[in-house]
Amino acid sequence: MTAALRFDPIRLPPECEKLRIEVRAFLADEIAAGTFDPHKPNREDADAPEFSRRVGERGWLGMTWPKRYGGHERSFLERYVVTEEMRVANAPTRRFFVADRQSGPVLLKYAPEHVKMDILPRICRGEVCFAIGMSEPNSGSDLFAASTKATKTDGGFLINGTKIWTSSAHIADYMIAIFRTSPSTKENRRHGLTQFLVDMKTPGITVNPIMQITGQKEFNEVVFKDVFLPDDYMLGEIDGAWKQATSELAYERSGPERFLETYYVLTELVRAIGQNPDTRSAEGIGRLVAQLHTMRRMSVSVAGMLQAGKEPVVEASIVKDIGTIWEQQLPQRVRELAAFVDDTEDSNHATLDEQLAFALKTAPKLTIQGGTTEVLRGIIARGLGLR
Amino acid sequence: METDNIVAETAEKIFTDLADGQTIIAAKNDSWRGPLWSALSDAGLPLSWVPEEQDGSGASLAEGFSVLSAAGRHAVAVPLAETMLAGWLLAQAGIASPADAMTIAPAAPKDKITLDADGTLTGRARFVPFAKAAKHIAVLAANGAAHSIALVDAKACRIEDGHNLSSDDSNTVVFDHVTPLMIKPAPANFNPLSPLLMGIVARSLQIAGALEAMLEITVQYSNERVAFEKKISKFQAVQHNLARLAGETSAALAAASSAADAIANATSFDDAIFLEAAAAKIRCAEAADKGAAIAHQVHGAIGFTSEHILHRFTLRALAWRDDFGNESYWAVELGRLVAARGADDLWPLLASR
Repeated sequence: MTAALRFDPIRLPPECEKLRIEVRAFLADEIAAGTFDPHKPNREDADAPEFSRRVGERGWLGMTWPKRYGGHERSFLERYVVTEEMRVANAPTRRFFVADRQSGPVLLKYAPEHVKMDILPRICRGEVCFAIGMSEPNSGSDLFAASTKATKTDGGFLINGTKIWTSSAHIADYMIAIFRTSPSTKENRRHGLTQFLVDMKTPGITVNPIMQITGQKEFNEVVFKDVFLPDDYMLGEIDGAWKQATSELAYERSGPERFLETYYVLTELVRAIGQNPDTRSAEGIGRLVAQLHTMRRMSVSVAGMLQAGKEPVVEASIVKDIGTIWEQQLPQRVRELAAFVDDTEDSNHATLDEQLAFALKTAPKLTIQGGTTEVLRGIIARGLGLR
Repeated sequence: METDNIVAETAEKIFTDLADGQTIIAAKNDSWRGPLWSALSDAGLPLSWVPEEQDGSGASLAEGFSVLSAAGRHAVAVPLAETMLAGWLLAQAGIASPADAMTIAPAAPKDKITLDADGTLTGRARFVPFAKAAKHIAVLAANGAAHSIALVDAKACRIEDGHNLSSDDSNTVVFDHVTPLMIKPAPANFNPLSPLLMGIVARSLQIAGALEAMLEITVQYSNERVAFEKKISKFQAVQHNLARLAGETSAALAAASSAADAIANATSFDDAIFLEAAAAKIRCAEAADKGAAIAHQVHGAIGFTSEHILHRFTLRALAWRDDFGNESYWAVELGRLVAARGADDLWPLLASR
């Protein structure tokens, strides 16, 4: 066989179901208390620092990390349950989500001990927000074209250049970024980039918000002018960031956030259509539910492989490829089916229309952020032995 | 999927030895059928799901499902899945399975065979796979709200000629006051939908297996075929098509193996099993459609010839979509179930899996 694809039917263990009940109860309390409205994905209040702290208090941040850093040494599958329940409820996770998913694990692996002891417990308490500094004005999917420079100086590095499309930079306490420490070489164009931790309060950093087509200002331009980073904020090997990137991708690419971003329009459609759908509506819903169920089973399967210590990079890329295209198409399919919904006075048509308007505008970004469809298919093709 | 049990390994070995696609195509006749069926029967595979005390091999549901995955990977065109399903249905009522090939009726969701007061069976079952090749038919018969399970001699029925897309027998079977060889009431906890759900999961596993094979031979072909002075696998457009084929194959594998696992570990055919089975058939059928199109596109004209093995997998995967209710039918049924449970119950149902 060529690279055999594996999607074993992994089930979440019983402890996950107990946890799921706890998370649902917690979210129901937060909704009742007015922290957020589960029917409003288009929120101005998406940054919810108090909510973030309460999630931390429940022990749902840094769930898989060692206890000495404030973590809880629970399984990836338990973290999976927390993530999917938060996503389906439209909970305001922006403040902690990147730190918990991605930045914390990078620090765990590459940061010096005292940096870990300083920052990781604060992530676990829900106190700090992270941004990811990858894209630049002339470097998007082509990550290794990054040119923002880190120049060696006494006791550290001086950073000059610009990162762009940086989500949450305007509220972030830290960024994990890649900067150029050496030119690339003829033999290896990926050489010469180094991963760094950046304290966003460091003098010389300017964050300029960029308005998106949804009306949100969720991403930013981040300008670095002679920004000093101490030596111990360098992460991993100098010039070797490219070696550190690949194994993280499996975590970043296969989670429930890669197919549930527009899920709310499906729930609302089912509500609008009512209990006795016509044939066309029933078929439409049936197909969408079948596709969603399959996505989730694929995603849980990858989570199970990660828990077992495997690195299912190709499978994870497949989950993101299929998942993001599905969540991008979902508002279009719901729009087609919503045309047949009766608009009675007590119907939820207004809610559905409002959600749909937002989801349709959100849709284009879903196959771009965190690795475009084209990049993912390149990775899958490599896994198939085609390049 | 790798084989992970001795039953599946046995099946894989028999298929590799006796159901090689190239050999079958070269034979241009049915000479391969006899040896293949004998080997499968000798290994007890057609009666995998019949308990040992009823002369079956008493394999677990999970082991039987893995045989079907292997059968899909080899696009096996003998009534193996059908005999397994028939044996399973008969075993539900404690009826022992005879030797030789069987099939199961009804095979289409809207067909019905009724048990009349005189003890005979009447009705018309369409799209019954391999009915022409079967010696016996396992029948689910309705008698008002009650159900019975019957073993019928195929010769007692009128069986019309018919073929599916890949030219395998798919027949209309007419029961005209047929006296069954054996009939028993279905047990109290028997769900009359369960034979169809078993059928669609079987077909889902076979489709997923066929997609695995399509992916393998298509990747291999793209690494051999040269055009514009390079292997076509080096063209980005071809790579992206193959990546999509891998994605569809993955979705089919995940959906089918999840449904099989769900049934193998279930105590009843409840809403969750219905979701798993229907979703598998819907998603595998969609994957067959998209996947077969890509496999043919990458192969170009050669894949459209009867001499090439590709059609053994593509046409069979497309044909299997239609058996035991196609994806449109099951999507309507699943949509109705989801609507009836209500919007706020959708996520809990999905998350329970």
